[in-house]
Amino acid sequence: MELFIDNFANLDSLKQIYPLLLQGLQLTFLIALVSLPLAVAAGLLIGIIYSFGNRPLNAFLIVYIDVLRSFPVLVLLILIFYSLPFLGLNLGGFAAVVLALVLNNSGYYGEIFRAGILSVPKGQREAANALGFSSIQTVTFIILPQAIRNVLAPLASNSLELVKTTSIASLVALPELLRSARVAQEQTYNPTPLMAAAVIFFILLWPAARYVARLERRILASR
Amino acid sequence: MDRLIENYLNAQVLAEAFPKVLDGFGVTVAVSLLVIVVGISFGLVLAILRVMNVKVINAFIVAYVDIFRTLPQLVVIIFIYFALPYVDINLSPFTTTVLALGAVLSAFASEIFWSAIKALPRGQWDAASALGFGFFRTLFSIILPQAVRLAIPLLTNRAIAISKGTALGTAVSLPEALGQAQSVTAIVANPSPLTLAAAFYLTFFIPLVVASRWIEHRYGRGHGH
Repeated sequence: MELFIDNFANLDSLKQIYPLLLQGLQLTFLIALVSLPLAVAAGLLIGIIYSFGNRPLNAFLIVYIDVLRSFPVLVLLILIFYSLPFLGLNLGGFAAVVLALVLNNSGYYGEIFRAGILSVPKGQREAANALGFSSIQTVTFIILPQAIRNVLAPLASNSLELVKTTSIASLVALPELLRSARVAQEQTYNPTPLMAAAVIFFILLWPAARYVARLERRILASR
Repeated sequence: MDRLIENYLNAQVLAEAFPKVLDGFGVTVAVSLLVIVVGISFGLVLAILRVMNVKVINAFIVAYVDIFRTLPQLVVIIFIYFALPYVDINLSPFTTTVLALGAVLSAFASEIFWSAIKALPRGQWDAASALGFGFFRTLFSIILPQAVRLAIPLLTNRAIAISKGTALGTAVSLPEALGQAQSVTAIVANPSPLTLAAAFYLTFFIPLVVASRWIEHRYGRGHGH
């Protein structure tokens, strides 16, 4: 027990490193705050374009979605971060992480919105047309509200995964929460900072994880 | 254009890197498959334990599920590899990655199996017991076959998403495709090996993603029961 407390809940170590962790947490928030809306917007755009039913375009979108869903996000990040400088393009860690997260998740969100929009009965669109709605009005006021309700569970689940994935920024030396904890651990020769980072992640994300689980349970129950 | 080819598809560099990245790809495939097998089977065990409804065990299972469903995969990997040695638990990068991702997948899988079991009508249990089936016989020959079918689309998506995390093993110097490509890139000062690693990953995961699309279509919303 003492071994455990010394190593994982060492107060001295915690006092020493908490400013570092706080800074890290800020950066984690910032990455999530920038990437999440961009990725959702990209996915939404893909879903809406798909719903117009242009065949060659849709075939291309499906390929885009599947390729990006098959790309492990870290592979994408490393490719962006380490290869673009060879082309004279220096993005910096933050932009590289945001780009990797947005590209990767545009595939996921694209698929979610696509399926959501497809799940709305065709008659809704026809009825809106008959009532004189323009196609943009139809999508915004008739289709999307229903589509989003139908895919709320995967939408929430994917957003949680995106926030969790911000931790890969640590692998391109961006001092977000996980990276800060690693640095602190090396400075203090004590893994308490890692424990602290894990606890912080858990406390912040746990309510979201519970919410997602509840939504997913509802889907299974409704089948 | 020349610059793109020089840096992403440099034939000489690609040829040089190929054997190493291929070795790495072997590790990638091994870890991914192990993660899927470990994660799904342990998840199923947890779900079955939970059905038995022992309070203490269930509390542990719920805590386990919540922890591994919530923590980022990389945090789990880093914690196992860099924090556990302080309490004299030393695991290899390979074991670390399999255990960490396996734990994460098992948490999601057990939750999915459990929800699927719960989603079945109560009458299935009643009918089985009216026919004189015991608890385990009901569970294994009546409930699970239906629950697994119900769980398949969600389960495939999760399993694929989490096994893609194998690339995170680079953080603890697991010699998988990405890590190998990075080390060759550093030596030859040309990022073409990264293209190779990406190509290997895509070769492995595109068929899985396409298959999951098919599975979802087949068992998905409105088709399954």
